[in-house]
Amino acid sequence: MADSTLKFKKLPDRDPPENTIGWIAWIRDNLFSSATNTLTTLIFVYLFYLYIPPFIEWAIINANISGTDRSVCDANKSGACWTFIKVRLEQLLFGLYFASNPEQTWRPIVAFSVFGMLIFPLVIDKTPHKKWLLLALLTLYPVLFICVVYGGVFGIPVSDTGQWGGLLLTFALSFVGIIVALPLGILLALGRRSEMPIVKMMSVTYIEFWRGTPLITILFMASVMLPLFFPSGVDFDKVVRAMIGITLFQSAYTAEAVRGGLQAIDKGQNEASMALGMGYWRRTILIILPQALKISIPSIVNTFIALFKDTSLVSIIGLLDLLKMAQNSSRSLDWNGYDIEGYLFAGFVFWIFCFGMSSYSQKLERKLDTDRRAE
Amino acid sequence: MTSSAASKTPTKTEPSPIITINKLNKWYGKFHVLKDIDLNVNKTEKIVICGPSGSGKSTLIRCINRLEVHQEGSIIVDGTELTDDVKQINEIRSDVGMVFQHFNLFPHLTVLENCTLAPIWVRKKSKVEADELGMELLTKVRIPDQAHKYPGQLSGGQQQRVAIARALCMQPRVMLFDEPTSALDPEMIKEVLETMIELAESGMTMLVVTHEMGFANKVADRVIFMDEGQIVEQNDPENFFNNPKSERTKLFLSQILNH
Amino acid sequence: MKSTTIPLHRNPKLRSFVLQASLLLLVTYALFSVYQTTVSNLEDRGIKTSIGFFDEVAPFKVGYSPFLEFKLGETTYIEVFFIGVLNTLLVAVLGILAATFLGFFIGVMRTSQNWLASKCALFYVETFRNMPLLLQIMFWNFAIFLAFLPPPKQSIEMGLLFLNSRGLHTPIPVIENHLLSTIWFGIIFASFIGAFVFAKWSKKRFESTGKSLPVFLISISSIIAVSYISFVILGSPLGIDIPVLGKFNFKGGGQLPLPLFSLWFALTIYTSAFIAENVRAGISSISKGQVEAARSIGLTRAQMVRMIILPQALRVVIPPTISQYLNLTKNSSLAIAVGFEEVVAVWANISLNQTGQALIIIAMTIVFYECCSLFTSFILNIYNKRVQITER
Ligand SMILES: Nc1ncnc2c1ncn2[C@@H]1O[C@H](COP(=O)(O)OP(=O)(O)OP(=O)(O)O)[C@@H](O)[C@H]1O
Ligand SMILES: [Mg+2]
Repeated sequence: MADSTLKFKKLPDRDPPENTIGWIAWIRDNLFSSATNTLTTLIFVYLFYLYIPPFIEWAIINANISGTDRSVCDANKSGACWTFIKVRLEQLLFGLYFASNPEQTWRPIVAFSVFGMLIFPLVIDKTPHKKWLLLALLTLYPVLFICVVYGGVFGIPVSDTGQWGGLLLTFALSFVGIIVALPLGILLALGRRSEMPIVKMMSVTYIEFWRGTPLITILFMASVMLPLFFPSGVDFDKVVRAMIGITLFQSAYTAEAVRGGLQAIDKGQNEASMALGMGYWRRTILIILPQALKISIPSIVNTFIALFKDTSLVSIIGLLDLLKMAQNSSRSLDWNGYDIEGYLFAGFVFWIFCFGMSSYSQKLERKLDTDRRAE
Repeated sequence: MTSSAASKTPTKTEPSPIITINKLNKWYGKFHVLKDIDLNVNKTEKIVICGPSGSGKSTLIRCINRLEVHQEGSIIVDGTELTDDVKQINEIRSDVGMVFQHFNLFPHLTVLENCTLAPIWVRKKSKVEADELGMELLTKVRIPDQAHKYPGQLSGGQQQRVAIARALCMQPRVMLFDEPTSALDPEMIKEVLETMIELAESGMTMLVVTHEMGFANKVADRVIFMDEGQIVEQNDPENFFNNPKSERTKLFLSQILNH
Repeated sequence: MKSTTIPLHRNPKLRSFVLQASLLLLVTYALFSVYQTTVSNLEDRGIKTSIGFFDEVAPFKVGYSPFLEFKLGETTYIEVFFIGVLNTLLVAVLGILAATFLGFFIGVMRTSQNWLASKCALFYVETFRNMPLLLQIMFWNFAIFLAFLPPPKQSIEMGLLFLNSRGLHTPIPVIENHLLSTIWFGIIFASFIGAFVFAKWSKKRFESTGKSLPVFLISISSIIAVSYISFVILGSPLGIDIPVLGKFNFKGGGQLPLPLFSLWFALTIYTSAFIAENVRAGISSISKGQVEAARSIGLTRAQMVRMIILPQALRVVIPPTISQYLNLTKNSSLAIAVGFEEVVAVWANISLNQTGQALIIIAMTIVFYECCSLFTSFILNIYNKRVQITER
């Protein structure tokens, strides 16, 4: 009996045949696997050859960056005029007031840097005490922003919102829109899922009303009609009007994002907490919302992206945000004719923020997905 | 049925291989999954493949209808060697039916449409003919009354039987099963296994990856044990279960039988 | 025994009733008082809120009005509103058509086996959907088209289309004989019905005999043949008006003025990036198992795409794409930045500034967009119901 037992002999692992791995195989599989594939590759290579070298030549090799006025660029028209962006950089980023008062420029710089210092640890996975950081961002940071940028305390001169411009204004509008709309949106989402018919109906009407109307109409309404809504004597400046319009608009979108999260929460969670004898608010705040918000973060971030892009519409009602600043600068006598550079720069700044946020939200989505699968 | 009954008679006729696998080697990237596999499958033969998870069972049978591409060696199905030729691959695929662990029914088509899709478009049958054939096979797997439902409305066991009927509608010469019962509840396992046993009795050539040892014992002509991408041992069920030759097999059998 | 009556303030039904009633009262009161304040504020400025201004003549020029004729000094405000609405709908339809084609093309390219194609599609999507639409509209209009398109004399010719710094000139059909052209349209309509009947018949035949015909090809070619032959027999009831270069500009034909062209171009590119992403998501939502099952029963690649992948992918793609259509329609309001005369520009902006009737004008604008939005939800609901039925 013992003789009949064979020992299992494991064959050694061999490397795959040369032509099936490595970069040659990769190129064959991904670029030349069939006739159509090969043709596609050739078409794309040809298109690259046509467009990429001239673009690089214009944007980098022949580009102008030296000097402080347009004479350099006018002398060399074959390249981009980055001198323009360099000279106007502070205006584009901080607006006219902070750019023309060099001793005040530190204020937006501090505001942006503190924001950066708060946001970077937040998006990194392993940071401890994220909750506190987030809380600081949502509560302390706005206070700091007002003190430093608006001023009026500690001897810092007041800079009226009317003097804000450029990226600073874009940032302020989006930030206010985002953090004020968040609690409003949560309430609306809860209202939409409420069992009380009138509460539900009012929430639905509110949400669908704002979602159905283009932001530009709302901004017109805010800038033309808002003063009419109040007894004479009550007035806001333009920026605050825009902020109100943006916030109301944004709250409807936030509500829909949060509702998505609420829907995904298992009904059992609600029933379990009811069984524990918790009242509506207690179970909502302690059990339901933390889970729902976690799930809806990616969609909420997507509404941030949309809002951040949409703040550029304030340029139509006459605010000097980043886009308007770029447009105005490239139409000023000093720099007219260089609008491509102006738009490209503004577009690039918007793109960095939006792409960053969208990568983050996609990363979160994937993570949530794997978490859920692991459960 | 008469011809299949004849083939069931124990008289040893000349075995004619319908699948010939020669020195098959396959890699996923740098990972060597299948090593020097040699296997002949004769007409009407039923083969059960078992082995621990990750041993390459699925990969092996998926190579047979070229859902996976192998790098070395040859696979000849019904006289045609598997190459990159798309036309040949489609011909072989229409002669080889496959049943998956997770059914993979088409959710947007009714049960009957799932069955008639390939007969109509690949075999170019008329719809009436295909419907008849579909109903016949659905009757065979005992769910003719579900024909006009959508897959999502059926139980797992029913779905798997539809998947079997869908494969049979192409009137294949070989059927491949990749763990057809491992996603099912016990009582559903039984109904699917019964269907498979009936199919085996009708003389179909079958390659079945499964851990249902009762099924293997009852139906298999040969049981193959795989580990680490190799065929460790093959034998008829009686000897395989009662008198395994290799230590590795013994260990495996003791693990699954005691489980 | 304890009494079983619940104290009033702990009765949940009563509590919810009181809460809702007071909320309703509060909101109604707030809205009403805002309305009152607004009306009286407007009156203080000498504007009496009423729709009387609808029939007043609009004192400004609307340059582009392809559907309703605009005559300075005759056209009234309410007509201006309809001109604006029609212009909005025009750019929406043009944009939806183009964005759908481009979006599907890029989305399919994104799932291509070819690495370069897939990465280029990714680059396209990530570039255009992460920059503000307004910026893109202004970029194309001011920095590219206005700066680089040639004057009319040196127009870029694309067949019968001419592109120059004034816009895109296209040929348009003109009716030369009313009766005959109506007959001709009738014949075309009839040939479509014929094709439909033919398709039904050949489907029946296919089901009973398994013989299939290239239905689409036959129908299309016979419709073209029938309409061409009858066109000749009827003695060309329709003429075509081709734009001709005059002294300074093109005469005749149709025209998309540059603002409309830029707006259309930018809306198409921006929206197509989102549609492409929907298409990608739809295609990749199909599990590997579906593809394997389709291959294992011997379907060819084309059959698999047509019968397994597309029908399932479309169910995922269509709903968000319909929402994108609504977004595109709402986004067309950004035309105001380049001066195209759609509803927000001519109504909510110019007319409002002229008349001061803020309440009515803004309300009408919002109602128009809400109608678009309701229409979209309506279509979406119908679609979802239909999908649910076929799924059952
Ligand atoms: N597409 C793939 N890419 C890379 N590795 C793979 C792929 N598919 C399978 N493998 C690996 O190949 C090995 C064999 O896989 P296979 O699915 O054939 O195993 P199996 O014997 O069917 O196991 P199980 O019983 O779990 O189904 C496993 O180690 C698996 O991780
Ligand atoms: Mg397996």
